[in-house]
Amino acid sequence: MRYEMIRTFTRVALVAAGLALAGCASVQTGAASKDDPFEPWNRAMYDVHQVVDGKMIKPAVQAYVDYSPKIIQRGISNFFGNLDDVVSVINDWLQWKLDKAGNDMGRVMINSFFGLGGIIDIASDAGIEKGNEDFGQTFGVWGIPQGPYLFIPVLGPSSVRDGTGLIVRAYASPLSYIVTDVPVRNILYGVGFVDARAQALQSESFVDQAALDRYTFIRRAYLQRRAYLVRDGKPAPADEDD
Amino acid sequence: MHRNDRPATARWLAAATFALMLGATAAHAQDAPDALVKRVSEDVLQIAKTDPRVQQGDRARIKEVIDTKLAPHFDFERMTALAVGRSWRTATPEQQQQLIEQFKTLLSRTYSNAFVQYRDQQITYKPLRLDPSATEATVRTEIVRPGGNAVQIDYSMAKKGNEWKAYDVIVGGVSLVTNYRDEFNQQVQSGGVDGLIKSLAAKNAAPTPPPPVLK
Repeated sequence: MRYEMIRTFTRVALVAAGLALAGCASVQTGAASKDDPFEPWNRAMYDVHQVVDGKMIKPAVQAYVDYSPKIIQRGISNFFGNLDDVVSVINDWLQWKLDKAGNDMGRVMINSFFGLGGIIDIASDAGIEKGNEDFGQTFGVWGIPQGPYLFIPVLGPSSVRDGTGLIVRAYASPLSYIVTDVPVRNILYGVGFVDARAQALQSESFVDQAALDRYTFIRRAYLQRRAYLVRDGKPAPADEDD
Repeated sequence: MHRNDRPATARWLAAATFALMLGATAAHAQDAPDALVKRVSEDVLQIAKTDPRVQQGDRARIKEVIDTKLAPHFDFERMTALAVGRSWRTATPEQQQQLIEQFKTLLSRTYSNAFVQYRDQQITYKPLRLDPSATEATVRTEIVRPGGNAVQIDYSMAKKGNEWKAYDVIVGGVSLVTNYRDEFNQQVQSGGVDGLIKSLAAKNAAPTPPPPVLK
């Protein structure tokens, strides 16, 4: 029970990686994107995700967004945002971004003590910007490439590098150290997942309208976004003209 | 002498006013790229906040606003060429025209969907230092939503004749044109340029998905 979440993460990632390799060996049709050598496998996983997410997760999350008070949703978002800030501090250090580390540490302290354990994001109101660093980005800053793109059911778009980052994050999650009561912790993980999924609802309707093929659109957007985060929002190197 | 003064002054005033008006129009057309982005964004935002028909989600009115206020400042030909990539050069002029038309429709339909949703946003504009002879510029803006993370929106712009026009929008590091390149490539590979035109047309003919949920 104790490592339920981590086990799930690990299992999903290992199974995905293993089967993706198998998929790669068997199918090599069409001109797959060079970022997505396991495309046939990923597309199958994407289809699984569409069913599970569309039939079960999305309706539940939509109900949460529609029927629970906005102020509670905001509080929950802020609470998990505060935990993310702790992860940011660790990664700021790993990337040796000391200014950012101080900044994010300040956010965590202000929000934890004066923002009722992170429920109120006082730091943002005071104009202290969120760091938004994670382990996948740290690997990127260290020079590790994205590796093959992976679509993981329930979790969504990822890559070998970022997926590894997620596993590390599961181990490093502050929640697993703060909350020792297992059922309570599992409920918190669940709420955190619902919150994260709710955040994605809006951009999703944009993709529905914009994309000819959602799979391809999401893949390119994900890879662009992650590269941008690793660069810390600095302009992209000149686009090669093909 | 005295008598002639009046008409002369009047004539001078009229001429000066005319010159000023001309000057103002010219200055308007030659807005620096950052000033242009700011003027157009504020203009559109103002409409989104105050126009009752836009607020009721009246699609025809939103389309009208996009066509008259926004679209003239985009270089759709360049956007389409960049998104189509290599196959652009092999496409016939008619195919190119159709691609531009369909892509423009797709973009404005997508944008109109996002239009109402973002009315309570605030935009900050980053100052741009630009060489007077420059013909390319990236204008940086940031959208601050209450309670949310700031989203960086950059406009890649180029000077076309006398005017600056945008040819790409980069939202939070995701370039619209780059994002479509994979999609368009895929369509061209499976069905040629005509296949791409057909998919775009089918997408544009489909009913618009329900409006997004507000969180």
